Amino acid sequence: MNGYIYYPGCSLKGNSKHYEESILPVFKEVGLPLEELEDWNCCGATAYFSVDDGMAAAICGRNLSLAEKAEKDIVAPCAGCYLTLKKSNKFLIGGSEKAEKILAALEKAGLNYTGKVDVKHPLEVLTQDEMLDKIRARVTRPLKGLRVACYYGCQLVRPYTDFDDPDYPTSLDRLMAATGAVPVDFSGKTRCCGGSLTGTIEEVGLRLNYILLKEAKRKGADVISTICPLCQFNLEILQDKMVKKYKEDVRMPVLYFSQLLGLAMGLAKEDLGFSRSIIDLKPMWEKIG
Amino acid sequence: MEIQRKVKYEEELDRQFLDLIKNMSGCDDIDRCIQCGTCSSSCPMAVYMDYPPRKIIAMIKNGFRDEALRSFTIWLCPSCYTCQVRCPANIKITDVMYALKRVAIEKGVYPTRFAIPILDREMSKIIATNGRNSELWLILRLYLKSRKPLGLLKMAPLGLKLMKTGRMSLKKESIKNKKQLRTLLKALKEGA
Repeated sequence: MNGYIYYPGCSLKGNSKHYEESILPVFKEVGLPLEELEDWNCCGATAYFSVDDGMAAAICGRNLSLAEKAEKDIVAPCAGCYLTLKKSNKFLIGGSEKAEKILAALEKAGLNYTGKVDVKHPLEVLTQDEMLDKIRARVTRPLKGLRVACYYGCQLVRPYTDFDDPDYPTSLDRLMAATGAVPVDFSGKTRCCGGSLTGTIEEVGLRLNYILLKEAKRKGADVISTICPLCQFNLEILQDKMVKKYKEDVRMPVLYFSQLLGLAMGLAKEDLGFSRSIIDLKPMWEKIG
Repeated sequence: MEIQRKVKYEEELDRQFLDLIKNMSGCDDIDRCIQCGTCSSSCPMAVYMDYPPRKIIAMIKNGFRDEALRSFTIWLCPSCYTCQVRCPANIKITDVMYALKRVAIEKGVYPTRFAIPILDREMSKIIATNGRNSELWLILRLYLKSRKPLGLLKMAPLGLKLMKTGRMSLKKESIKNKKQLRTLLKALKEGA
């Protein structure tokens, strides 16, 4: 396909507006302006696959078909959307009897799909060699000395990704290094944040995210850089409760990688959604000046 | 203390259960399991589970239908796929968990008032109707259906922070072409 089309999903229009506010200008800056997929529907996330996998693949098929009509590959910044669309894509073109039935149902709704669309994550697009060189050349405000824990979470690197390692990925570390920041050796980089468990069994969500923040702190990180809305949300919103429960100050800013990248590339910090942070960013501003 | 028999008799097992699960998406390799335990040791949720993933696979293979379907394990799986990418027998363990969730919902044997299956069902319903999820409305439905209205009050300070930073909206999201979505789901139900 020729170029990319942007699939926001529910998070980037909801609690992760600052992800959208930073990823779109960054893509524009590197010469890949993104348009939004017209009338996209939700991916269904893990929820729909737990209820009805046929329907789950069908609603993703609608998005894939709309992208195919626009003759573009999908860029999905949310790791959940990325995995769900990729999983459904693989299933729909797999040739099984069930997949054929879903394709036939799509056709009845005027949504032909022939399997030409690829689903990509922004991190994958931005860390291709020539793109990384381009970014390096555009860094005008290096994040000198900022120690960053790069957090990939689960669904970006597992199980369908072919651009990085499922256990020890490095693409985000390379990208952050290109901004002049110092990526720390974060052993929790692909350990799960618990996803929606924070909303359903808070006790469990609290512990999983505490482990991650504690490890980032131990490695001397100033901030955590994330690529997924649910990870960002979970790591950020429970910090006060953690301090209370574990009697330990594990607080630190949790930012989208695109916010840090945009900042390094000289975009105005007022335009990158930093004001949406719940955690105080003052120490970070003092450090990078 | 009441003494109960802890071991199941052969006749109490469902020998068809393995076939039922094996025929579901992504579950065809399940009987290649060698019980090595790589899945259980990789699972970040295993410490909270009633049966770790290795046992769940053994239960499916040996017909312990009710134990597997009624377990908390399947709902605690957050789909991080660590077990799946590490399994030396290439069993798609996360997909097996999904299959068990679907059977449990279909048979109505999941733990009632337990928030996770409620969240899954409510979110699916919202998407099937409107095409898009609305975060706030999903949370409201979750707390009402799991009958924990007090939990909502506890969430209020967080809600305020999200409001203040413009990260929560009261708007009900929807796609424009809902008719197309209805046609699609109807065609699928009728077997296209």
